[in-house]
Amino acid sequence: MSGTHPPLDFPAYRSTALRHPLRPLTPLPHRLTEVTGPLLGEGRVGELDHDLTAQHGGEPLGERIVVEGRVLEADGRPVPDTLVEVWQANAGGRYRHDGDRHPAPLDPNFSGAGRCLTDAQGRWRFVTVKPGAYPWKNHDNAWRPAHIHFSVFGRAFTQRLITQMYFPGDPLFAFDPIFQSVPEGARERLVSRLDLDVTVAEWAVGYRWDIVLAGRAATPLEDEDDDR
Amino acid sequence: MSLPETPSQTIGPFFAVGLIWPDGPEVVPAGTPGAVRVGGRVLDGAGEPVADALVETWQADPDGHFATGSGGFGRCATDAEGCWAVRTVKPGPLPAPDGGTEAPHLDVSVFARGLLHRLVTRIYFPDEAEANANAADPLLASIEDSQVRARLVAAADGDGLRFDIRLQGDQETPFLAI
Repeated sequence: MSGTHPPLDFPAYRSTALRHPLRPLTPLPHRLTEVTGPLLGEGRVGELDHDLTAQHGGEPLGERIVVEGRVLEADGRPVPDTLVEVWQANAGGRYRHDGDRHPAPLDPNFSGAGRCLTDAQGRWRFVTVKPGAYPWKNHDNAWRPAHIHFSVFGRAFTQRLITQMYFPGDPLFAFDPIFQSVPEGARERLVSRLDLDVTVAEWAVGYRWDIVLAGRAATPLEDEDDDR
Repeated sequence: MSLPETPSQTIGPFFAVGLIWPDGPEVVPAGTPGAVRVGGRVLDGAGEPVADALVETWQADPDGHFATGSGGFGRCATDAEGCWAVRTVKPGPLPAPDGGTEAPHLDVSVFARGLLHRLVTRIYFPDEAEANANAADPLLASIEDSQVRARLVAAADGDGLRFDIRLQGDQETPFLAI
């Protein structure tokens, strides 16, 4: 995990204290269970699941945005037909969750959950509103920078990833231990970029963000797939 | 070409907004021959329940084949007591590339607030101890301490199998580097 992923023990993020293992991890060679993975999505993605602004009777308040990108393997190959799940706070920085005690309003027109399948080129796209920053109790006056949670599967158990996408230039980056837990050289990979090609004129600002999954050893089975 | 990998981040406390599937814990439908409940608690280093974890399982079918669709995958969030469970069937043994055989197992991912990266472990089956399949399993054999090794084997618990996931401490679950 060196160089890319955060450590499991990161004292500045207090919740890691009692939740990180103390024993060294045991190496798990990549055998059949590890190089395979579920092909999810059929029947799990509804028509409006990719548009978080269209799931209720009216439109949610906030800054409408389009977020688009690809799911890729480290060798640049796209991951097609793979499930992408997202969840986020509303424009006021409040999640539709009983545990969220931030005194910001819920929005009756915003659930904050989305799903889609990547296309043949590994592309995904969501329409939503820009989430607000919100306070949390990690330390005095702690605020999370605006972010959207992403969950992706890739083609293999080894590639399963849950992460967070941020927005460019957020002044809260420097004070957020969750963002800062990522090794310095890799942090920028979590930050989307403004892209006028994703932007829809007169309607919504667009951001682009590609997700690159861990490398994966090729197997004979996959070579057959690639020949299709 | 080698693209830089996207870093992991914590699932956070509010993943239920987006990641709960009503059928997530049902790897196989009720009434499936051989169906068994596999579950337990997720506990932190103080022995307290982790009420905001997500446990996912991935496995072969009883013949040792991997589904081409969504079969073989389970997902369950922990409840207020830290409990999770899936309904599944025991997978078949799998051939290992070195000519050995892997004993039946589930691969498991654990996500939670406070985990900046998922934890990976495996669940083995207690009835395979008698057949000695677990003793011949390459991963289990790689763990020298028998007490640690035993923590990767579920325990018979009524009609089901119990597998507690202890994130930290004396009885810590062996976690795997993937």
